[in-house]
Amino acid sequence: MTFAPDTVVNRSAAHSPMAVSQTEVAVEIIGMHKWYGDFHVLRDINLRVMRGERIVIAGPSGSGKSTLIRCINRLEEHQKGQIIVNGTELTSDIKRIDEVRREVGMVFQHFNLFPHLTILQNLTLAPIWVRGIPKAKAEETAMHYLRRVKIPEQANKFPGQLSGGQQQRVAIARSLCMNPQIMLFDEPTSALDPEMVKEVLEVMISLAEEGMTMLCVTHEMGFARQVANRVIFMDQGQIIEENEPEGFFSNPRHERTKLFLSQILH
Amino acid sequence: MSSSSFVRQEIAPAEAPPSSNAGAGAWVRKNLFATPQDTILTLLGIAFLLWAVPPVFNFVVGHAVGPGGTVDECRAQDAGACWAYISARISFFIYGFYPIDQFWRPNIVMLGGAALLIPLMAPKLPFKRLNALLFFIVFPVVSYILLAGGAFGLESVPTERWGGLLVTLIISLVGIICSIPLGILLALGRQSKLPIIKTFCVAFIELWRAVPLITVLFMASIMLPLFVPQGVTVDKLLRALVAVTLFEAAYLAEVVRGGLQALPRGQYEAGDSLGLKYWQRMGLIILPQALKHVIPGIVNSFIALFKDTTLVSIVGIFDLLNTIQAGTSDINWSAPNQAITGYVFAAAVYWVFCFSMSRYSIFMERRLNTGHKR
Repeated sequence: MTFAPDTVVNRSAAHSPMAVSQTEVAVEIIGMHKWYGDFHVLRDINLRVMRGERIVIAGPSGSGKSTLIRCINRLEEHQKGQIIVNGTELTSDIKRIDEVRREVGMVFQHFNLFPHLTILQNLTLAPIWVRGIPKAKAEETAMHYLRRVKIPEQANKFPGQLSGGQQQRVAIARSLCMNPQIMLFDEPTSALDPEMVKEVLEVMISLAEEGMTMLCVTHEMGFARQVANRVIFMDQGQIIEENEPEGFFSNPRHERTKLFLSQILH
Repeated sequence: MSSSSFVRQEIAPAEAPPSSNAGAGAWVRKNLFATPQDTILTLLGIAFLLWAVPPVFNFVVGHAVGPGGTVDECRAQDAGACWAYISARISFFIYGFYPIDQFWRPNIVMLGGAALLIPLMAPKLPFKRLNALLFFIVFPVVSYILLAGGAFGLESVPTERWGGLLVTLIISLVGIICSIPLGILLALGRQSKLPIIKTFCVAFIELWRAVPLITVLFMASIMLPLFVPQGVTVDKLLRALVAVTLFEAAYLAEVVRGGLQALPRGQYEAGDSLGLKYWQRMGLIILPQALKHVIPGIVNSFIALFKDTTLVSIVGIFDLLNTIQAGTSDINWSAPNQAITGYVFAAAVYWVFCFSMSRYSIFMERRLNTGHKR
C-alpha cells in the first residue's frame, strides 16, 4: 500500500498498522437507488469509503446489504445515483466495469470456486487471462498466497476435496492473486461449519492489519468489534445507522439497531 | 448414584461381515430370490431365455452359412443367416458404387481417420494440439481431394458414386463435428442479452426442431434447386450434409442450454468479479462445466444422429442401409434369408458404432469427474 505518512491517522490505537487515509477515496456512493422491477431495494445510499477503511455492514436479512456491496463491482446494476470506485464511475460502459472489477476482489458466501480446476488453476486463471501474467510467475504468486492462507499443500487438489473453511480461504487467496485495492466480502462465514469460521476470520483479520480496504457483510460481531473502523447498519434498503464499533455496540441510537443487536448478542 | 455420563476409552475394532452377507450364495439370494415376487420374475426370466436364445443362436451361428458358403447352401431348407451373401457383397456395402480400382482412396481416408481419431480420443496420448489440427483441418481437406479426385492426377469420382458405410460415416462425422460449435453458439446466443441475437437463435432452434429431418432433407434436395438460379448446382451430398448439420445443431443447442442453466449463478459471478471477459468466462469457466454435465445428452443426440443418417436414402443417397436394401434385389444371391441377413448385418454395424459412442461417453464422464459433487 502506498500511503504518504502525513495523510495517515490512527483511528484505533490498539492496531497501529491499520491506517486510514484521509484524502484517498476508495469508494464513493452518492444518492444511489436500485430497484428489482417495482421493488425498491436500495434507497438513497450515500457512503464514502476511504483507503484503508474496514467497514462492516450489518442488518437483518433482506435489508439490501449484499445487494449494496454487489453494486460496487457491478454484479448488480443501480438505476439512480453514482458509484465511483477508484475514481472510475460505474456506468453501463463495459470497459469501466472491467477496470473496476480488476481492482476489486470479491469473496462470496458459497465460495464459488471453479470445481473443474485445481486450486492452483483457480488462483492463476484470472492473473494469466486478465492481467496477462506469465504462467510461471502467476503460479509463484498463487503459492505465495496459498502459504498465506496456510494451505499450500492443497495446491493440486480440486475444490470438492477441501473443507468449507479451506475452500473459503482459497477463494480469498484467489482474489488476492489479482492484487486488488479493495476487497468485498459477502457473508464469507455464513455457509461454514462453526469449527471453520475462525480460520477464515483469521485470514481476514491479517488482511485488515496489512491495510486492505475492506467492505464486509457479516454477522460476526466479534470480527466487527476487533477489525472494523466503522459499522453500517441497514434496514429496508437504507443505511439507518453508522458509527465506530465501540459506539455502535455499546450505544446504538436507532430503535431498529437496538432491536437487532438485542436479537443477535445474547 | 448412577451417572448418565459416558466416555469411550477405546475404539471399537472393525470386524469382518457375517457370512450371510458375502459370497456367491448371498449374491444369488439377494439378487435373484430375495422375495416371492423376485423368485417368480427370476423363473420367468430363465424361461424366456430358454425360449428365445436357441432359435436366435441357430439362425445367427448354428444353421448359418459361413462367409465361404455358396448360394445353394443358403437356399437349403433349414438354412439360417446367409453370411456368404454379406461377404460376397461387402465391398458394395462399404463403398457403394465407388469404382473398384479406386478403393484404395476411401481405404486411406477411413484408415487415416481412424489413425487420427483414436489417439485424439485417448486422453493419455501426447501431441493433442497437433493431432486436433490434423484431424479437424488437414484430414477433411485431404479426404475430400482423395475421395472426389479430379486433381493431382486422380480420377474424378462424383459424389453420386460414393456410398455404403463410407457415406454413413461421412455424414455422421461431419454432422457431429460441425454441429458442436454451431450448437454451442446457438445455446449461448439464446441466453444473450442482445434482442437481435437472442431472437435469431430462438427462431432458428425452434424452426429446425419443429420440422422432421425427412422434411428438411426433402427441402434441401428437391425444393432448394427450384429456388437457386439456373445453372447453379449444389452437390446433393453436400446439401444433405448441411441439412443434417443444421438440424443437429438445433438439437444440441437445447442440450447445451440445459447444461448452462444447471450451473449455479455463482460461477458466472465469480468469473465476472475476477474481471474475465465474456468469451474468457464462457470458454474457461462456464462451458467446460456445462458441457461436462451434458455429455450423456450430447452423446445421446449423436447416437440418434448416427441412426438418422439412414434417412438420406429417401433423397437417393446410398448410405449403408440403402446399399443393403438395394442388395436384397440381387438375384444371384436370392435366398429365403437374404434380406433378413442383410438387415441383421446392418443392425450389427449400427450397434457397434452406437455402443462404442455410448461407452466412450461413460469413460469421459468418469474421467472428467473432479469429485465436486460430494
